[in-house]
Amino acid sequence: MAEQMENNYYDSYPDDRGHFGQFGGRFVGETLMEAIYALEEAYNHYKTDPEFQAEMDKDLADFVGRPSPLYHAVNWTKKLGGAQIYLKREDLNHTGAHKVNNTIGQALLAKRMGKTRIIAETGAGQHGVATATVAARLGMECVIYMGAEDVQRQSMNVYRMKLLGAEVIPVESGSRTLKDALNEALRDWVTNVDDTFYIIGTVAGPHPYPEMVRDFQTIIGREARNQILKAAGRLPDALIACIGGGSNAIGLFHPFIGDEEVAMYGVEGAGHGIETGQHAAPLCAGSPGVLHGNRTYLMQDENGQIIETHSISAGLDYPGVGPEHALLKDIGRAEYVSITDEEALQAFHDLTRIEGIIPALESSHALAYASKLAPTMSSDQILLINLSGRGDKDMHTVAALAGLSF
Amino acid sequence: MSRISQCFKKLKADGQTALISYITAGDPEPWVTVPILHALVDAGADILELGIPFSDPMSDGPAIQKACERALKNDVSIHNVLDMVAAFRKKNTETPIVLMGYANPLESIGYEKFAQRAQEVGVDGVLTVDMPPEESDEFLPLMNKHGIDTIFLVAPTTSLERMAYISEHAKGFIYYVSIKGVTGSAVLDVTEVADKMLELKKNTNLPVGVGFGIRDGKSAAAISEIADAVVVGSTLVSCIGEHAKRPEELPAAVAALLAEMRHAVNARDVAR
Repeated sequence: MAEQMENNYYDSYPDDRGHFGQFGGRFVGETLMEAIYALEEAYNHYKTDPEFQAEMDKDLADFVGRPSPLYHAVNWTKKLGGAQIYLKREDLNHTGAHKVNNTIGQALLAKRMGKTRIIAETGAGQHGVATATVAARLGMECVIYMGAEDVQRQSMNVYRMKLLGAEVIPVESGSRTLKDALNEALRDWVTNVDDTFYIIGTVAGPHPYPEMVRDFQTIIGREARNQILKAAGRLPDALIACIGGGSNAIGLFHPFIGDEEVAMYGVEGAGHGIETGQHAAPLCAGSPGVLHGNRTYLMQDENGQIIETHSISAGLDYPGVGPEHALLKDIGRAEYVSITDEEALQAFHDLTRIEGIIPALESSHALAYASKLAPTMSSDQILLINLSGRGDKDMHTVAALAGLSF
Repeated sequence: MSRISQCFKKLKADGQTALISYITAGDPEPWVTVPILHALVDAGADILELGIPFSDPMSDGPAIQKACERALKNDVSIHNVLDMVAAFRKKNTETPIVLMGYANPLESIGYEKFAQRAQEVGVDGVLTVDMPPEESDEFLPLMNKHGIDTIFLVAPTTSLERMAYISEHAKGFIYYVSIKGVTGSAVLDVTEVADKMLELKKNTNLPVGVGFGIRDGKSAAAISEIADAVVVGSTLVSCIGEHAKRPEELPAAVAALLAEMRHAVNARDVAR
């Protein structure tokens, strides 16, 4: 039965047109159509090319520091008094988050496609830093689009990108956050499509991005699956990961989709609370529509206009979500929940004080949901949480909330 | 034969190039859109493109982005846009109207309902920028059923095979995007466009309109030499932006700009 689910799912999604059921697809202007077909062709060629895979594996090991550890958080487990808590330590990757798994892969692809210029959008700045890092290493020109609002709240990452040689362009249009950075990056790509490779940071955008970024991120789940089998002798009862666009979550979930006994929880940003409307939870409180190249769940008004989102965490502040999550929600394979700013902040402080790990505010949403779920479970059960990034970048935000500045 | 095809047929018989104007519906205020449309027709527009405002216009440059923002400040919805077409049709039943925009506002009303209403109010064509033929399985048959022409873009990056593929799905005319870039972003290279136009003409029997980058009488005239239609958008929209505080001046101001283009195109047509 498990095998059947596995085969059906893995063989079916996405289909050859990039559709995940009714979601996904290629909703872009004509100027980009040939470019996304060329990307698809290149990706399909190199994903099974042993030389490409070997170069990527080497980079992931020696440059990123993989495999990332699976850490049994004994103190926090004790404190919560329920399921055993394991943390997948993506925060220990070079550049501080899971984002680099994907930028390594896409940059190697860009090089093979003969592109000389790299562009990317970024929210919290983690994807921007991970992109600027690989661009620096490959000696490629790099331009990062970042919402002006995010430039302000993530100034540390902006400086890191500049140190790495990237040009950071603040985007002043619309809500001045991640979605507007994506619009601007798409506009750049249309204008410079011949020499430019667009490294999308999440499992959204037109086909083949949701599939390709997922594939690059599934290293998280593949490692975690082996590690938990080795550490505990069995699969976890549930997986938890935060969801902005959803790349760290799909990276963890995907290799477990065929393991029907493993529950999956994707945690969206509830901001000030779903009921206030000020949140970033399209799967929990949105509806299907088309944005940024794919059909998926969106935060939109009754006229199909995209609504401005709010989350304490810039990386979750996005009105859409990867189309594969939309599918997993509709077929009931994963459950999508939400956590408020306040709850995430509490988890941020808890993990810092109890385990000596300062998590990113994004990942703190997953941790906060774990702190609700764990006490309802027994001590012979296992929760595996993706600690997708570290909190260094969030020092200013957290300090400001405590009335401090430095 | 659709109103758009009739229009092209008549112009061709008269040896004229079609002039297509674009404005965003509800910009800067909803009441002024219909008066501007009438003024554009009086000044010589043959086909009217009316933009459906969208919060995230990814293929557009700053001029049309700002136009969308101004329209959305007034909460202009797809329903309002359809009402504007109905109001325009009370006085003008001849000039074809093409709605242009992004997929999501059409998804919000639903393709079927959109097609029905569009036909009722007198819309002739629709161009959905981010919906290529590949994603139009559901959309195309509904538009066909309700007699709405589906207009698609062809870009400088489009291959010959793809031109033929797009042409199979298109009705009314083909919209050739003359530059790699967003609307209003650069000045087009007429020789390059002319080369592409030869290829495109081999792969379609539909009339071809050229847009993105036509700013003045001179570029309009140059394009009229090689295309069946000249599309003028960002220039008109920028003019609307400059007059946003004085909307009552807009019908005359926008019409004056278009008249200049008409004059230049006509002079070229006569010389030809």
